[in-house]
Amino acid sequence: MDILRITTAGSVDDGKSTLIGRLLYDTRSITRDKLEAIEAASKRKGFDFTDLSLLTDGLIAEREQGITIDVAHIYFSTSTRKYIIADSPGHVEYTRNMITGASNASVSLILIDARKGVIEQTKRHFYIASLLRIKHVVVCINKMDLAGFDQKVFENIKRDFEAMVVKVGFEGQEVKFIPLAAREGDNIVFSSVKMPWYKDETLLEFLENISVAADNINAPARFPVQYVVRPHTDEFHDFRGYAGKVESGSFAKGEEVMVLPSLRSSKIKSIHNYTEEKEEVLAKESVVITLDDEADISRGNMLIKCTDGFTQLTGLNATICWMDESPGAEGKIFFLQHGPNRVKAKITTVGGILDIHSLETNTDKKVFQLNDIGDIVLKLAKPVFADLYVSNTANGSFILIDEFNNNTVAVGFVR
Amino acid sequence: MKKNLFPRELEHEAIYILREVAAQFEKPAILFSGGKDSITLVRLAQKAFHPVRIPFPLLHIDTGHNFPETIEFRDWLVKETGAELIVRYVQDTIDQGKVQEETGKYASRNVLQTQTLLDAINELKLDACIGGARRDEEKARAKERVFSIRDAFGQWDSKKQRPELFGMLNGKIAVGENVRVFPISNWTELDVWNYIREEKLDIPSIYFSHEREIIERDGLYWPYSDYLNTSAEEIPFKKKVRFRTVGDMTCTAAVLSEAGMLDQVIDEILSATISERGARIDDKRSEAAMESRKKEGYF
Ligand SMILES: Nc1nc2c(ncn2[C@@H]2O[C@H](COP(=O)(O)OP(=O)(O)O)[C@@H](O)[C@H]2O)c(=O)[nH]1
Repeated sequence: MDILRITTAGSVDDGKSTLIGRLLYDTRSITRDKLEAIEAASKRKGFDFTDLSLLTDGLIAEREQGITIDVAHIYFSTSTRKYIIADSPGHVEYTRNMITGASNASVSLILIDARKGVIEQTKRHFYIASLLRIKHVVVCINKMDLAGFDQKVFENIKRDFEAMVVKVGFEGQEVKFIPLAAREGDNIVFSSVKMPWYKDETLLEFLENISVAADNINAPARFPVQYVVRPHTDEFHDFRGYAGKVESGSFAKGEEVMVLPSLRSSKIKSIHNYTEEKEEVLAKESVVITLDDEADISRGNMLIKCTDGFTQLTGLNATICWMDESPGAEGKIFFLQHGPNRVKAKITTVGGILDIHSLETNTDKKVFQLNDIGDIVLKLAKPVFADLYVSNTANGSFILIDEFNNNTVAVGFVR
Repeated sequence: MKKNLFPRELEHEAIYILREVAAQFEKPAILFSGGKDSITLVRLAQKAFHPVRIPFPLLHIDTGHNFPETIEFRDWLVKETGAELIVRYVQDTIDQGKVQEETGKYASRNVLQTQTLLDAINELKLDACIGGARRDEEKARAKERVFSIRDAFGQWDSKKQRPELFGMLNGKIAVGENVRVFPISNWTELDVWNYIREEKLDIPSIYFSHEREIIERDGLYWPYSDYLNTSAEEIPFKKKVRFRTVGDMTCTAAVLSEAGMLDQVIDEILSATISERGARIDDKRSEAAMESRKKEGYF
């Protein structure tokens, strides 16, 4: 069984929570006690319908304010696959949460209120989905009931959105448009009888048919060593295994590999998944690899295929999103974590910060505040072996950690 | 027989997380309750480090109100895996006067164990405690991080949680802080059961249908034991039941069941109408019960 990871974005009240609640409800993923609880809560609030949005409301503070402020994870499955939804708030002050939710997703659901059409926030949501190279974007045009289930409304919004795709999207990205009425469930799991003009897939049908085979499987093979396994027992006296998760590509037994940063080459002697020996290992799989000779390899080193190229970076250009309350600026020093590798890094140049409203870069702005997105140059104390984010998302991203309070202050995409 | 219902990607992710713990921390431990989630963790840890034995001790906070079957199982598993077991007792914390036994008909030691855990973390100088909590269990858990940072008092602050991107885990902490780690965050109850089936894991017998003395209270079946404060009207009777979670005998409700085999248990869960936490009496106390307990350092 495979997993489809979804991130959601929408402005407050576009109906995101209702839509997710609907997906759960119509796939029978809600247990009786939970349903009873939200039915009771809906009555208490004086509603004449069951407010499915209550299913995903989380923390106390949020219940008080009536809005979602963090990333919540929601799970359901069909007979086809398991779904993980990272439900993140859509407002500008939660850009970092949106990016967090999007970083682990292969599908982005963007909600639009049919009465409002494409607004500034929609542009931002699509910009973030594209920045993170999310391949499948589903534009959910919701509350069609309040727009008379009118095909023209749908087509107009679609046209506006497509104009933006031309500017902000990337090649290979798939953008799908679906007219919805989340409260009644139209086109979520079941086809809408009110919108016979829409003959395409419902939201769930579309999600069920997306291919989840990792994009990174065709990228160059990368195996960052997480941990060295040395048993020191009689039975496994000479065993020296390198534990890690294949980030991209694949490795096979007998293949020539190169160790970074030592540049020594060796051959894969065996691949272990617990007690089982494997011929091959693919992206996203955790295994233990042994090599033909006793190389001196430790955490943070990387195995690659001899036939694949690599880049050694002692400085790098990146787009980052600032995630901390305290600002970031030129001259500041951090730990850069790239996979299991951690090196000291200094921001030497801030190229500019994105004006999140116009989506233009402001080159006069040099200081990152919470939620800012912008371009920087970093100088590294030791080399890392990263790829460009656009060609390998798994090996092209990193985080910055504050030297003093240890917070994760930024996420970066190598350019 | 149903095949491949468990998404293996979840296992790869959990093993990755456990290896990050081994690499980033000095003194981690697995919080072991004897329940199916911590049994799953033990198997994942075996897999992550094979052929090395599990490099962390199992820490059991013993309330003294356990099902005897759980303790028996725990000791068997420790022998089987060669793992190190550390037990700390809530009774000791009570005897030291640090907490007071609850009274009344809902008295339980479930809340008290938090203090015993915090004491154990200090005493053993643990910097990472690996737990089997899942985000699908409860609303406040839905936002929990994989590495959840706690201050010196074990407290969780939802505003201070670090963003986790692309699976990168930041375990850097200050002296006195520690981290709770949740490798099976993204698993659902059904994922755990399917994993147990596909891995052929042994689990305590109370997960299967057995005859037991129970009482009925608030629409739930409570296991009858010396630890439960009962009134004169609450007369125990015998029924065939099983348990969906393994907590204390004072706060884990039974469900009527004939399911004696794993496949039958899973079928019952699939058609069940009460979610797993609905059978945890401790959560019924208030809607925000879990979040409040977490802020105080609970698992
Ligand atoms: N008429 C109508 N109302 C909707 C629809 N979807 C959601 N709503 C209502 O819009 C309001 C906001 O929905 P909610 O799901 O909480 O929005 P969120 O802030 O995006 O999560 C609620 O009162 C919903 O009942 C819809 O398709 N049609």
